[in-house]
Amino acid sequence: MKHAATSLGALIVFAVLLAAVVAPLVAPHDPFVQDLNQRLVPPEWMDGGSAVHPFGTDQLGRDYLSRLLYGARISMMIGIFTVVTSGLIGITLGVFGGYFGGKIDEVVMFIITCRLSIPLILVALTVVALIGSSLLVVILTLGLLLWERFAVVSRTTTMQVRNLDYIAAAQAAGASRRHILLREVLPNILTPLVVVATLEMALAILLEAALSFLGLGVPPPLPSWGLMIAEGKDYMFFSPWVIMIPGIALFVLVLGINLLGDGLRDLLGAARPT
Amino acid sequence: MLRFLLRRAVLALLVCLTVLVISFALTRLSGDLAISIAGPNATEQDIATVRKNYGLDRPLPTQFVDWAVHAAEGDLGRSYLYHAPVAGLIKERMPITLTLGLTGLVIALVVAIPLGVIAAMREGSLLDRAIGLLALFGQAMPSFWLSLVLIIWLGLNLQLLPISGVDTWQGYIMPGIVLAFSAIPALMRLTRAGMIDALSSDYIRTARAKGLSSTKIVLKHALRNAAMPVVSVAAVQLGFMLGGSIVIEAVFALHGVGYLAWESISKNDFPVVQAVVLILAIIYIGLTLLADAMNAVLDPRLRAA
Amino acid sequence: MSPVLEAGNLRVTFGTSVAAVRGVSLTMNRGETHCLVGESGCGKSVTALAIMGLLSRTAHRSADILRFHDYDLTRLSERGMARLRGDRIAMIFQEPMTSLNPAYTVGSQMAEVFQRHRRVSRATALDRAAELLQRVGITAPGLRLKQYPHQLSGGLRQRVMISMALMCEPELLIADEPTTALDVTVQAQILRLLQNLQRELGLSLLLITHDLGIVARMADRVSVMYAGEIVESAPAGALFAAPTHPYTRGLLRCIPVPRQVRRDEPLGSIPGVVPRIAPDFVGCSFRDRCAQAMPDCARHVPRQRATIDHDYLCRLPTDWTRAEAA
Repeated sequence: MKHAATSLGALIVFAVLLAAVVAPLVAPHDPFVQDLNQRLVPPEWMDGGSAVHPFGTDQLGRDYLSRLLYGARISMMIGIFTVVTSGLIGITLGVFGGYFGGKIDEVVMFIITCRLSIPLILVALTVVALIGSSLLVVILTLGLLLWERFAVVSRTTTMQVRNLDYIAAAQAAGASRRHILLREVLPNILTPLVVVATLEMALAILLEAALSFLGLGVPPPLPSWGLMIAEGKDYMFFSPWVIMIPGIALFVLVLGINLLGDGLRDLLGAARPT
Repeated sequence: MLRFLLRRAVLALLVCLTVLVISFALTRLSGDLAISIAGPNATEQDIATVRKNYGLDRPLPTQFVDWAVHAAEGDLGRSYLYHAPVAGLIKERMPITLTLGLTGLVIALVVAIPLGVIAAMREGSLLDRAIGLLALFGQAMPSFWLSLVLIIWLGLNLQLLPISGVDTWQGYIMPGIVLAFSAIPALMRLTRAGMIDALSSDYIRTARAKGLSSTKIVLKHALRNAAMPVVSVAAVQLGFMLGGSIVIEAVFALHGVGYLAWESISKNDFPVVQAVVLILAIIYIGLTLLADAMNAVLDPRLRAA
Repeated sequence: MSPVLEAGNLRVTFGTSVAAVRGVSLTMNRGETHCLVGESGCGKSVTALAIMGLLSRTAHRSADILRFHDYDLTRLSERGMARLRGDRIAMIFQEPMTSLNPAYTVGSQMAEVFQRHRRVSRATALDRAAELLQRVGITAPGLRLKQYPHQLSGGLRQRVMISMALMCEPELLIADEPTTALDVTVQAQILRLLQNLQRELGLSLLLITHDLGIVARMADRVSVMYAGEIVESAPAGALFAAPTHPYTRGLLRCIPVPRQVRRDEPLGSIPGVVPRIAPDFVGCSFRDRCAQAMPDCARHVPRQRATIDHDYLCRLPTDWTRAEAA
């Protein structure tokens, strides 16, 4: 059963990734083309739906399936690039703090505490509002904010690894600090960090959607799932699919990433970072 | 213990100062604030006037020191939008955000602790896995989307609860549930882990050897020890919830601090933005200190040390 | 006089692969100290937990007989068993450091047992607790009652555990390695205390230990356990005078006795380790470590009587030791 859940998670993530990559090839319509005669057409399986627009259309008559597929690109890009950015920052800080200890570690801990005390969404919204909303700005903003779990976990694991024999052996053999950190420490703390990466990826995707929903994330007319929900909000009472379809997509993707992360944690035998 | 608390207090003060710098720097990110405030149709003249009126023509360090000194005295500046003191605006709206946060926390604890206890008592069973899956579901739920779904379902279809505003206490239920969702998975996992730990401990074996009833063993002996980390994380979660309530206040049109911040961000009312960032950070720092203090009360080993 | 405790063919298995207790039978009379001795992992603690009904959910217990006075423990519900535990059967554990709940005061934890089984007020229970603390030699009991476990030393905590076990005047006290975690000087004090209490209160004491010195000092009767079975059981004097099972003999050789151990002679030891035994295991479990092993040991092993109250589980005749000595 545990393996089934992990496989399901992997399958979901793979399917969304595939959708993101091949969106231009398989999307039935141009996701940006409006057709005001075809506004709020229900999905195929509902009354009044048609096979032309399998998931219906939005308030501007844009094909919903096409927008959903292109939206997968945005979510995946946000997820992957945010994790790369925040991972670089967090792991660097954590490894330095954990390896050198003492004053350096205190500074690292202080930076982590400061980051935690800053209200995340509020600061992200402010930054995007001031610099201007674009995909790149959202990725960088989230990347600069979501590193603290990487830092905490890499710090503790580095501390554990630091005292092991092979590090002492490398030191005794006269290896440079750079070599020790990159070749001896880093490979040995990667396992728990993979699990952190899945958690952060899920969080980044949710936050992007929330920022876009509040109108300060990815700018329209890009089909971010959060933005689709925001745009459909005014029509949701009579055409609930406009918020249900992107919402379920978002939920399923994040659930898939979390299932995968949970499974990896069990497979790799890492402790759950809290 | 006293040394420890003193150290924590100094650290907290340093964090406050850092946040003060960050929140000031944050609003200066765009370069020239006056251009943003004056609006897109402003002339050179207008911008110059704004710059002068708001004191933005002074050097940045002067502006910062001026703001920091006033902030320390409780004067957080004036809102460009409301033409009123920021401190007053925040004070007016804080009760709504605090009520919402506490409602969310209470709902989260009421759901998370029993689920965590049950999962721990049936560790490895189907029920345990089902509860674990439930936590993953909660974690994956976008809060703004859940809000909308609840509005359609509970507000419109069943007409059980008001869909916006807080004219009555019922107005807090839906946003409270949504807010609770974000804290439930972490609290539940922590309760479960703590209970599994406690239930396999030697003192539980002693309690059983004393012939105590299983209710008493679980609730009095195990939960008391498992609750210590839960309490401190709950305090921290409340801090996160207050910060995260901006999304929920926006959806439910609750005019709390989060809504104020959102409005101010959209309308370039930066004195309000930097003040809200600062206040929420201070509340968070206060809550972590409170968590330490509560742990000291709950854990006799910390109390005496 | 009917026995206080009677166990016949007691078995405990964990899953399908591990048999921790394999057909243990023992009888305890009133006022008797019965020592269960063996290496760690031989099943002596599991035996105690099985009697107490404190096994984990993964364990399975069965027995032909398991009686405490008139109670058939094999049929008693968990609720009924809980009513006996702490009241008429009490137990103390090896780890005094972790066996008390860190979140409650000593007084609260002691009073709790009395309140549960005697339905008295908290004040009465606390008075009783103070009285017992005094009895186990703790000065200033009033102060100790208000303290938390972490404020007490290991020896004090074990005294608290003992007095807590005695709150309801149990007839049977099971002590699982009660002194192992303590300093040697404290060990002696605790043992003397147990001895005195046992004599004064007429307790039946089931003392579990791996320390033959303690056995020699405390036991009326000794049962030696190996790999989940009692391999030899006899009155203490008889066992030390005429150990018959090769394992018992091996164990006794391991204790250095002053003036009998020569300097140049190495201390005795039994080569090998205690094997993990599956439920379908047949034959003598000691045969791989036994110098006297023969092909037949892989088949069923008979329980033989050396004397009327001395039995052992081995194919060797009772007088084989004389042949060895010769």
